Amino acid sequence: MNSAIYRQSTRRRLLAAGVFTLLALLPPALQAFGQEFYISFAARVLIFALVATSLNFVVGFGGMVAFGHAAFFGAGAYTVAVLMEMGIASAFVSWPAAIAVAVLLAHGIGFVSLRTRGVYFIMITLAFAQMLYYLAISMKTWGGDDGLSLATRSGFGPLDLKHDPTFYWVALASLGLCLYLLDRITHARFGRVLQAIRENESRMEGLGYPVLGYKLLCFVIGAAMAGLAGALIANHGQLASPNLLQWTQSGTLLVMVIVGGVGALYGGAVGAVVLLLAEEVLAHYTTHWHAALGLILLLVVFRAPKGIAAWVHGLFARGEKHE
Amino acid sequence: MTQLFLEQALNGLQFGLMLFLLAAGLTLVFGIMDMINLAHGSLYMVGAYLAAAAAAASGSFVIGVLAAVAGTMAVGALLELAVLRRLYTRDHLSQVLATFALILIANEAVRMVWGDQPVMLNAPEALAGPVEIAGFSYPAFRLLIIAVGVLVALALYVAVTKTRVGMWVRAGASNREMTEALGINVKRLFTIVFAVGAGLCALAGAMLGPLLAVQVGMGESILILAFVVIVIGGIGSIRGALVGSLLVGVVDTLGRALLPWLLRSFLPGEVAAHLGPALAAILIYVLMAAILFWKPSGLFPARG
Repeated sequence: MNSAIYRQSTRRRLLAAGVFTLLALLPPALQAFGQEFYISFAARVLIFALVATSLNFVVGFGGMVAFGHAAFFGAGAYTVAVLMEMGIASAFVSWPAAIAVAVLLAHGIGFVSLRTRGVYFIMITLAFAQMLYYLAISMKTWGGDDGLSLATRSGFGPLDLKHDPTFYWVALASLGLCLYLLDRITHARFGRVLQAIRENESRMEGLGYPVLGYKLLCFVIGAAMAGLAGALIANHGQLASPNLLQWTQSGTLLVMVIVGGVGALYGGAVGAVVLLLAEEVLAHYTTHWHAALGLILLLVVFRAPKGIAAWVHGLFARGEKHE
Repeated sequence: MTQLFLEQALNGLQFGLMLFLLAAGLTLVFGIMDMINLAHGSLYMVGAYLAAAAAAASGSFVIGVLAAVAGTMAVGALLELAVLRRLYTRDHLSQVLATFALILIANEAVRMVWGDQPVMLNAPEALAGPVEIAGFSYPAFRLLIIAVGVLVALALYVAVTKTRVGMWVRAGASNREMTEALGINVKRLFTIVFAVGAGLCALAGAMLGPLLAVQVGMGESILILAFVVIVIGGIGSIRGALVGSLLVGVVDTLGRALLPWLLRSFLPGEVAAHLGPALAAILIYVLMAAILFWKPSGLFPARG
């Protein structure tokens, strides 16, 4: 039994390592085909994969449908931009600062929001994100509606982030690191308890677990990773835009998670890749791509109700049974 | 000062009543079927566009409004029968995804028919000017909105609390399974509720059309406010929706008008000018967070 699980997870880790190696080879491959433009696009996809993954940890493993994840994403971006404005350009200072700001915010927001449940939790997290959004657009010193632009990308020791492939690799490494951490967390005692709380909160409370503390820590971990993604996205477009904080951003992230697969480790990443690629491809063919995307999403809801990750997994499982 | 305060209070009342038209349908859909419908704002948008088109074609604002209400009710019923009905048994996340998809489709459909530019919808000429009430003047059209809002709110109140269908709706909101067991056709009831909710959306869209811009995306901004309202009021409760709407409408409008002025009285002008608008925009979210902090299921919880 144990060895079967071990074998399975070894196979999965090998598969993951393979996928990451292929992804690492993407920039030279794109350069070879003269498609450098897409390196920057691919980096954007990776950043969204990271923030969707962090949300999926909160929604899928913690069982908390947070509709205000954009708050931490945007807070990370604004922290980097504001620090750069103050003359602190080093990533070794400003990126940890972005994570710290997101963590602090998540403590406050989580502490108040976790008193509520279900739809009320959805709405109260949304409320806090909206507060930040309006704060950002009314702060004239932070650029107001236009957002705060970065003079340059963060300094990252010997690495030059202005070089697109390097930036891509840093984004890929961040995503890989976070996925690895989350894989470990979900398989550790903390993760098991968290998933048990998701399944039956009152029973875990009865067993004497500090349920609120576990949920708060899960919420904070998700926010920390979103803060890192925020630091990356601010560097990517050299802009901290209030749009990052808007509720539609939270909605899009949630859609990515649902499309990819709630509670699947790679669900958020898969959803982000599928959604952003679909946008890019559809926009290439028709100006009415929103409608086409809507139809695809409806198809996912009715044909792949547990998300694409689970759907693909189901296809393989069925195939194995027939063998 | 009193002039400003009265005018803003009336504006708040007017905005609150229009919010109520949106929130009433939303809270019932939510309360009875436990369904998150993000596409509710799209019905408001469709209503406003239909009103603009019908008013332009017929030359009459009243015909425009009536056509919009009828047309949007039909769209709503069709939507319920074709898509939403399949979602009732699904979890909230699937409902969010599906109705988000409907928003995308609705926005694009409107863009295909009417284009990107905002559409004009003019108030009837007879009501274009201001009227004098008790020594101060107020736009006549806004008064009409208040009158329509009060009438519809009253009619809805009577329909929900005094009629048999209203009793079914309340029963469905507090315990759907029990209501079904008692022999009420909740499915059909729900199609009716949804169509009426769509009609109310269209009414709000048509009445607010001359004040705000009729454009793609108008549904999303007001949708969030409608959600704030029903969460404050307690999901599934019409009374909660009414109290929540008026609270949000008045607090938001008065906050925007009075907060900057209040701040100026004890803060330096520079700071007040920056802080005022920010605080005013945040005010209703602070209100919601505070209410949920002390009453985690809203002011008037419908489920016992």
